[in-house]
Amino acid sequence: MKSPSTLLTPSRRLFVGTQALALSAGALALLSGNDALAARKPMDVKNDLAILNVAVGLEHEGIGAYAIALKSGLLNAQHVGAATKFQDDHKQHNDALIATIRKLGGTPVEPRTLDEYARALKVDQLKTEDDVLDLAARLELGAANAYLGVITAFKDPALGKIAARLAADEAAHFALLNFDLKRPFSKALAFGA
Amino acid sequence: MNTDNSIVLAVALMAVAPYAVGAGDAVRGQQLYESRCVACHSVEQSRVGPAHRGVFGRRAGGVAGYDYSPALKASRLVWSERTLDAWLANPERMISGQKMGYQVTDANDRADLIAYLKAVSRP
Repeated sequence: MKSPSTLLTPSRRLFVGTQALALSAGALALLSGNDALAARKPMDVKNDLAILNVAVGLEHEGIGAYAIALKSGLLNAQHVGAATKFQDDHKQHNDALIATIRKLGGTPVEPRTLDEYARALKVDQLKTEDDVLDLAARLELGAANAYLGVITAFKDPALGKIAARLAADEAAHFALLNFDLKRPFSKALAFGA
Repeated sequence: MNTDNSIVLAVALMAVAPYAVGAGDAVRGQQLYESRCVACHSVEQSRVGPAHRGVFGRRAGGVAGYDYSPALKASRLVWSERTLDAWLANPERMISGQKMGYQVTDANDRADLIAYLKAVSRP
């Protein structure tokens, strides 16, 4: 049996499953086209809007973090490709979340500046490529668990399902970053525990 | 029941409810914090959620510059083992209209997280 490190060739590292990871246009339609969302109790809508807006804030930060990583000059060409892809996934997540918030009559939170994200994430302490990958991995793991942790908090089960799909994207990002950091695979049932 | 009355009732119930969870493990709490909370929080900096340094004994809504929900700011809650346990178990049940959806359903996990938050609150 091949060791895990030889299962993926270097040229494929971090790019495996790229097509499968992208949130499809169908997902956007699922979020923004559900007319039943608009006909719910005001308190339920308010509850779900609050959670969705926290998610938008989280995705804004993820987009900003990858922008900072891409500007850092610390990533090799392969990781620039991966960071660009992951950032695009977060943009798609945000497009979907923002469309849903507007559908529910809410106002999505605005992104902060890259300088604010840089201070909050202490990017001045990032000195090597592995430092950048480690930060990305920590944020992706946290995001996966955050989405898993809010599934049952949504009043609308359809939104819980979307949170689960977003968590899957974040978990996939984390797994690939973790692999490139040469760390052990996650244990079974580690996410959301 | 209006929101203000709900908050008062929730706080009153917490005051008389037994706090069943024993002392937590701060080391495991840090591991949990790193894997579950860091998407939104950090100890030193407010991000999507407010910074946690000094959370013990602090009034809810007390981190300067962080954009809290009106419901949390109006709660008059002070963070302690008991209030944090109830908050982490189900924030919305505790303060209706707040904005944190994340729930920590396991009592031991909450105890460990609270032990860690207590440790990072020491001067």
